[in-house]
Amino acid sequence: MAKKILTEHINVPGIETFDVYRKQGGYTAVEKAIKTMTPEEVVEEAKKSGVRGRGGAGFPMGMKWGFLAKPEGVPRYLVCNADESEPGTFKDHHLMKSIPHLLIEGMIISSYALGANKSFIYVRGELMYVIRILEKAIEEAKAQGFLGKNILGSGYDLELIVQPGGGAYICGEETALLESLEGKRGNPRNKPPFPAVKGLYQSPTVVNNVESIANMSWIINNGGDAYAAIGIGRSTGTKLISASGHIEKPGVYEIELGVSVEEFLNSDEYCGGIRKGHHLKALVAGGSSVPILPAHLIMKTANGEDRLMSYESLSDGGFATGTMLGSGGFIVFDETACIVRNTWNFSRFYHHESCGQCSPCREGTGWMEKVLHRIEHGHGSMHDVDLLVDISKKIEGNTICPLGDAAAWPVASAIRHFRDEFVWHITNPHEATQPGAVYRGEMELA
Amino acid sequence: MTETPNLVAFTPERLEKVKEIIARYPEGRQKSALLPVLHVAQEQWGWLNSEVMDYVAGILSIQPVEVYEVASFYTMYHLDPVGKHVIEYCRTGPCCLMGGEDVYGHLKQKLGVEAGQTTADGLFTLKEVECLAACGWGPVFQIREQFYMNLTNDKVDQIIEDLSK
Repeated sequence: MAKKILTEHINVPGIETFDVYRKQGGYTAVEKAIKTMTPEEVVEEAKKSGVRGRGGAGFPMGMKWGFLAKPEGVPRYLVCNADESEPGTFKDHHLMKSIPHLLIEGMIISSYALGANKSFIYVRGELMYVIRILEKAIEEAKAQGFLGKNILGSGYDLELIVQPGGGAYICGEETALLESLEGKRGNPRNKPPFPAVKGLYQSPTVVNNVESIANMSWIINNGGDAYAAIGIGRSTGTKLISASGHIEKPGVYEIELGVSVEEFLNSDEYCGGIRKGHHLKALVAGGSSVPILPAHLIMKTANGEDRLMSYESLSDGGFATGTMLGSGGFIVFDETACIVRNTWNFSRFYHHESCGQCSPCREGTGWMEKVLHRIEHGHGSMHDVDLLVDISKKIEGNTICPLGDAAAWPVASAIRHFRDEFVWHITNPHEATQPGAVYRGEMELA
Repeated sequence: MTETPNLVAFTPERLEKVKEIIARYPEGRQKSALLPVLHVAQEQWGWLNSEVMDYVAGILSIQPVEVYEVASFYTMYHLDPVGKHVIEYCRTGPCCLMGGEDVYGHLKQKLGVEAGQTTADGLFTLKEVECLAACGWGPVFQIREQFYMNLTNDKVDQIIEDLSK
């Protein structure tokens, strides 16, 4: 069995309660950090661990902590990003509802490290039942002296607040999240200043993903070096992968970074293979925004090396032949999936979720959806394929936040790898618009 | 249909809850309470009309427009009357791969309404939403806080029948 850092105890009955979590060794990391370590030493362990932002950006968490400004007399904030909304991603949902104390414990350790006395967990509003689970866990931790005033007699105070969102993908972008937390529309801010200098209420703020923070208990108990020894190269530790689509066993799996894509997809420990009687056609490895890959580039890189579940291997070949690990939203498509329809679907998502602040994204996402809609519904023209590529290029890199890129990449990559399928829709509109119709031309399946 | 609120005031229990929410934030930052308080308001009235939003603005000492712009930005807030049960079904890629479009088609047929509409008896409102972070358990819809997962036509029939009783 592969190493488990986050999910080792996730199936223990009653693990959502303080008592059972405590019996499994819970909160020993808080005791160790607060009683025997300085905040700087905790930050040092996070740096040594090499753990990278698990929300999708992959930026080293310890380094992000190191950027936090510390002016005298100004409060500092830690905000946990639990606005999980990237299509294909449901790992934080799973983690928080199953083992809420793992996040609470990580929040206490991380807040102590950053010198924050009031920290927030911003959870997407649709997960109201998870918010109630977290609030109950916070009450339990408080009753046991792990939260509130003078934690474990150390003189350190921490209040933990769970904030519901209102239904907006854009609030997963950290500055949009901060705007939302201030009670405003989720419009991303211009940077600089970065949140580390001016974040929540214009105070220095760190925003980290749920999974990133949840790693902290293990890192404190076992040391940053031990964490860094797991995984491969700069992809240290483990990663939660949300597996969905045409596989035998959809679900959330914790992998050691560096396991091969083939093993993850086909072994019974994880996805259990493509659903019976079907063949692999395409894969979105890291949530809907990362480039889609065709079958022949999934198990092997363009150089013929085994493709691994790591930040580096998945991005091998750049966007020409690679993709990204992203948030670990692993969406599998078999031969029954229509790439044009799926691209239109994703495009509609980004159009719907664009905050409307930057013209290239506000207008461009709408145009892409409209053009894809007409291709999918049998009214496309040959000019439309290049038009889509052109629009995607004009959005990419031209917006305040990465939602523009996230909207552009799925469209550009679908055309890069599945252009024949788009052309088939345009040249065979009658056939392509039959219910369940899928292009079965010169396609390599695995 | 939910009744249009005419006497706009939180119930005493909800008012306590709202005060507790406002107290979470630093002094002068009570606007941070806006999203959670709007959820409480929607729990009480089912949807948010301008009287309710003005009332919330008064409680938080902010301008009504600051409430309107937020309530209209976030998709969870209903700005029109809704039925007793709001069924919010996920229309995004992974749920569709798992047969979502067929299941939702069946749901619409069963209720005789399209997305955005309410059944004549006022029991159900259908609402199309984007990804609910439950892709491995799709197709999915949500009614209030409850998730209904791995939906099939049969399951949909059962859920609708149970809620119609």
